[in-house]
Amino acid sequence: MKLRKLAAVGLSAALLLTACGGEDDGAAPAGEPEGTAEGEGGEAAEATGDPLRVGVVIMTSGVYAQLGEDIIDGMELYLGTVGNQAGDRPIELLIEDETADTGTALERTRRLVEAEEVDILTGLISTGSAYAVADFVEQSQIPFVVSNAGGDDLARGERSEFIVRTSFSNWQNNYAVGEWYYDNVGETVALIASDYAAGQEHMRGFRESFEAAGGQVVDEVYTPLGSTDFSSAIGRLGASGADGVYGFLAGTDGLIFVQEYDQSGLKEDLPLVASGFMVEEDVLAEIGEAALGVRSGLHWAYDLDNPENQEFVQMWEEEYGRAPSVYSVQGWDTARVIVEAVEALGGDVSDGAAAVDAMLQVEFDSPRGPFRIDPETHNVVHHVYLREVVDMDGEVHNTMLEDLGEFADPGA
Amino acid sequence: MSLYLSQFLHAWAYASILYLLALGLSLTFGVGRVLNLAHGGFYMLGGYAGYSILRSLDNFWLAVLLAPFVAMAVALVAERLVMRRFYGHGMEMHQILLTFGLAFVISDGIREVWGARILTVQAPELLRGTADLGLFTFPRYRLFVIVVGIVVAVGLWALINYTDAGVKIRAAAADGEIAETLGVHTRRVLAMTFVAGVGLAAFGGVVAAPMQALAQGVDFQMLIMALIVVVIAGLGKLETVYWAALLVALVEIFGRLFVPRAAIFLVFTLMALVLAFRPTGLFTPRSA
Repeated sequence: MKLRKLAAVGLSAALLLTACGGEDDGAAPAGEPEGTAEGEGGEAAEATGDPLRVGVVIMTSGVYAQLGEDIIDGMELYLGTVGNQAGDRPIELLIEDETADTGTALERTRRLVEAEEVDILTGLISTGSAYAVADFVEQSQIPFVVSNAGGDDLARGERSEFIVRTSFSNWQNNYAVGEWYYDNVGETVALIASDYAAGQEHMRGFRESFEAAGGQVVDEVYTPLGSTDFSSAIGRLGASGADGVYGFLAGTDGLIFVQEYDQSGLKEDLPLVASGFMVEEDVLAEIGEAALGVRSGLHWAYDLDNPENQEFVQMWEEEYGRAPSVYSVQGWDTARVIVEAVEALGGDVSDGAAAVDAMLQVEFDSPRGPFRIDPETHNVVHHVYLREVVDMDGEVHNTMLEDLGEFADPGA
Repeated sequence: MSLYLSQFLHAWAYASILYLLALGLSLTFGVGRVLNLAHGGFYMLGGYAGYSILRSLDNFWLAVLLAPFVAMAVALVAERLVMRRFYGHGMEMHQILLTFGLAFVISDGIREVWGARILTVQAPELLRGTADLGLFTFPRYRLFVIVVGIVVAVGLWALINYTDAGVKIRAAAADGEIAETLGVHTRRVLAMTFVAGVGLAAFGGVVAAPMQALAQGVDFQMLIMALIVVVIAGLGKLETVYWAALLVALVEIFGRLFVPRAAIFLVFTLMALVLAFRPTGLFTPRSA
């Protein structure tokens, strides 16, 4: 049969193309040091030391490409405010495409360490690649600052001395919402999530506090990642008889689902509550009015009322001409953790363990509110906010409804 | 009951999109034995072109009408420059590699022009919201998509059976060499069907846009579904594509309803069974 040949040729061509794809995005210097800048970096003069090489392994292609772009832009925005230098060393970002393949992510991380001799690693969108890279990071003793992948095990079973996470854990954000849902939406829920590790971890976190409060899950639907049609899932949710729906679907999955959910006319009877990524700013403008009224929990909201956030949003919109997302904030915070740790060490990051220790000490007011890292789990401790999609002067954004309080991953 | 009926309609709408996509694949394969793996790319290009046309002209119908021509123009250039050198026997591998490469070029090109952001297309005012069908309400736009599929199917059937072009296509498909000796310019027919197939795919892409989102990866995802439809219909057979698309859509949609995790597995199982027991296609007589 032709199909087998076809598959073989297709595969080899794909391999060839991905192999070539990585070459052209090698080094991307973060730009010249800009002399003095305001704020903490005020004293930044000309950095004269050796460049600090920061390897960024992040998705710059595929379904989650936008997330990677927002994180990189967020990092560069912060680095701009400190004159692109830390501890008297100019900072260079070396960006590699993580791709959707965990093997590729590991291979490119390796290349950054072994061929490019980076001082610090950061990035990783996917939980899968984070787990794949963990061992190698342990061996190479290069500090790795995870700027997205939320896999619970990274703060638990797969915990590494050399990995610090500035983004979130899947458990953390959803556990926060379970009890709120019980108090404000209803006693029964139907769950919908993407059928992969993160989807299941999100639902587990939610269930834990929801069931502890006395709630009951009446149905749960797991859909394949990258679905283009949710009519069956929505049919089941509608027939479940629950008081409402809670779900986690990111990227296109979330976008299509929210639109279809709106079209189905179910929203009135069956309010939709989501893990914040489903209606986050990166997809929200495209979902448009269909998202109005959707409530979600996340560690940031567009109009979060603190001076750091107002300044951040304004600076971002001036620089990039679009709304920032939670990923932009994660990029900003990641860069800040790196810069402040390097500052504290006077620029000497040759000892990986010492660099990690310095990162664990970093505390500041982030656009997401108070930011610190739990020395036990190496995972960020932050507030989770309950938000609602509303119309703000003709644009849809997430407004903060309620601060659910500070949450840390239990680490076990 | 109403759940099943509404799911049936959902499957039908989905099948209509699959049909538009698989039709072009089958057409090109039937006439020239060319397996166009860039087909999903052209589908996606149709959607993105439709998005931009809608943005600038603010008219959905014009977008639906014009977007296929953008994709067809690209297809025409590709056909003139490279494709035509690789027609004929023994060139299958070249064609597969070539169109597969083209798929990546289109995918990267789209990313370059429209960025990595996920985009959506709004249905026209007339087709927004739901229609009350008595037992249940159903999105209007999906009813429209079902009608589009039926119109194309009937139109194509008439074209193939009652027009001169249809005769040539059937002749070239039945036996290229003999058709050539009878005065049918097979290569021209092939080029024509290649471009027409791309037009159909792009049309499918822009029609599907208000139902799906425009994002990286949709091209290969839809290509795989279309390939499955073509295999089940029987390679190169046009008459059966509609029924194959409907069957695949039903298996997938109802699979997702009852066993969400195994839905895709069910679709592949269906294809494997057809390949094993009816390799010429599920709806064709065994002798064909």
